[in-house]
Amino acid sequence: MTLDEQTRADFPILRRIVHGQPLVYLDSAASSQKPRQVLEAMQSYYEQTHANVHRSIHTLGEEATEVYEAARDAVRVFIGARFREEIIFTRGTTDGINIVARTLALTLEPGDEILVTEMEHHSNLIPWQMICRERGAVVKAVPVVGEGVLDQDAFGRLLSPRTRLVALAHVSNVLGTINPVTDMTRRAHEAGALVLLDGAQAAPHLALDVAAMGCDFYVFYDLPWRFEPGTPPIAEAVGLHAAVVYLDKLGMARVEAHERALCRIAMDALERIPGVTLYGPRNAELKGAVVAFNVEGIHPHDGAALLDERGIGVRAGHHCAQPLMRRLGIVGTLRASFSVYNTAAEIARLSEAVQSLRGAL
Amino acid sequence: MVYSDVIRQRFRSPRYQGSLPAPDAAFEDVNPLCGDRIRIECRIADGRLMDARHRGDSCAICAASADLLVELVLGKAVEEAASVPVSTLLERLEADIRPTRMKCVTLPISVLQGALEGREVAR
Repeated sequence: MTLDEQTRADFPILRRIVHGQPLVYLDSAASSQKPRQVLEAMQSYYEQTHANVHRSIHTLGEEATEVYEAARDAVRVFIGARFREEIIFTRGTTDGINIVARTLALTLEPGDEILVTEMEHHSNLIPWQMICRERGAVVKAVPVVGEGVLDQDAFGRLLSPRTRLVALAHVSNVLGTINPVTDMTRRAHEAGALVLLDGAQAAPHLALDVAAMGCDFYVFYDLPWRFEPGTPPIAEAVGLHAAVVYLDKLGMARVEAHERALCRIAMDALERIPGVTLYGPRNAELKGAVVAFNVEGIHPHDGAALLDERGIGVRAGHHCAQPLMRRLGIVGTLRASFSVYNTAAEIARLSEAVQSLRGAL
Repeated sequence: MVYSDVIRQRFRSPRYQGSLPAPDAAFEDVNPLCGDRIRIECRIADGRLMDARHRGDSCAICAASADLLVELVLGKAVEEAASVPVSTLLERLEADIRPTRMKCVTLPISVLQGALEGREVAR
């Protein structure tokens, strides 16, 4: 049984009809669909258990604390962290990065440097630009070269005793490039810098081992206690726990293999269509589950609207990665991204629809 | 239908795309959310918009909107040309424009206003 045959029925939203056609959802990189198991866990939490955590001396308060802390343990195991105290629940990746940035800003001095890359999402760029402007520090960027990989020689040259932190995507949200984060973390640490990895595009797709990576902060859904003031997103933590259990049951190795196969099929099919340009590494082994592309003469927003008319949901635009768009010399791209529920037949529908785009306007 | 025949035709075969030698007024702007960029150049005489051309790098809706806008304002008094309501353009586009694409329609209007008000292009 293929992974999609096993999972598909768990995702009620995939039964939707859009513009008269069965939905083909190829925008999981922006937000992935949630299986019934996650939705039910969150609903059941609200119907049976909800109360504030760590302070309410009554049954529900104790139960809520219990499920919240159980989620922390599950996430620790899932990402390979050593200690449960290392797992902090935030309101999302962007919130997590902002917490680290605001904290680092307290000790940032004029002339200090923060090293980012040209392929960062604005979420992993703007917080650093803001604190550097406030403190008279400097943001520098590692260039993107070749098929869409980081210039490792330039990274070595840019690292200096002034580098306080390296902020880096584990997987590019546009190019799909999987960056050599273990090696880059080691080199950054040798230079005395902290390392923050943006795992938004990696966490639900790749088997993770953050202890082996050695990074100081790995931000995806979540990031010490002191950062969880007030009422934390408890139901979300419960949902995340259910998602971790779900993915574990499937097996992350199978998840990776399935998404990689879809990525390969999609690149092979799109590449053959006249007028189509692909962006990012061509070898599916080197990338996450996203394929960015353009169709000659068609603005990405028009392309996405025309695909939507056929029931196909893809992302279009600059993907909140404008420095990368400037480097590539384009205003934006179309982007198809895949998850455990996508099928080869859906890629075929995408490919057929893309073929029709060139003459469509 | 997002892409009406009007949009397709105006995108494929625009009537007023291009530039003017030594224009009396010109402005360009970009929608930072989608990257659409439009420039409009104008020839003005006796308080009237005698000629205008648009060019840029944009989606079909924005390009069609710019072409229709220029057609609508040619020969009009400058004040009138600078105050074309969005509803007029929407009617002429004959398309079901969703809220997410409304900026594509309105960017040319604000660019033309910028030109006619003599605003400086931001660098």
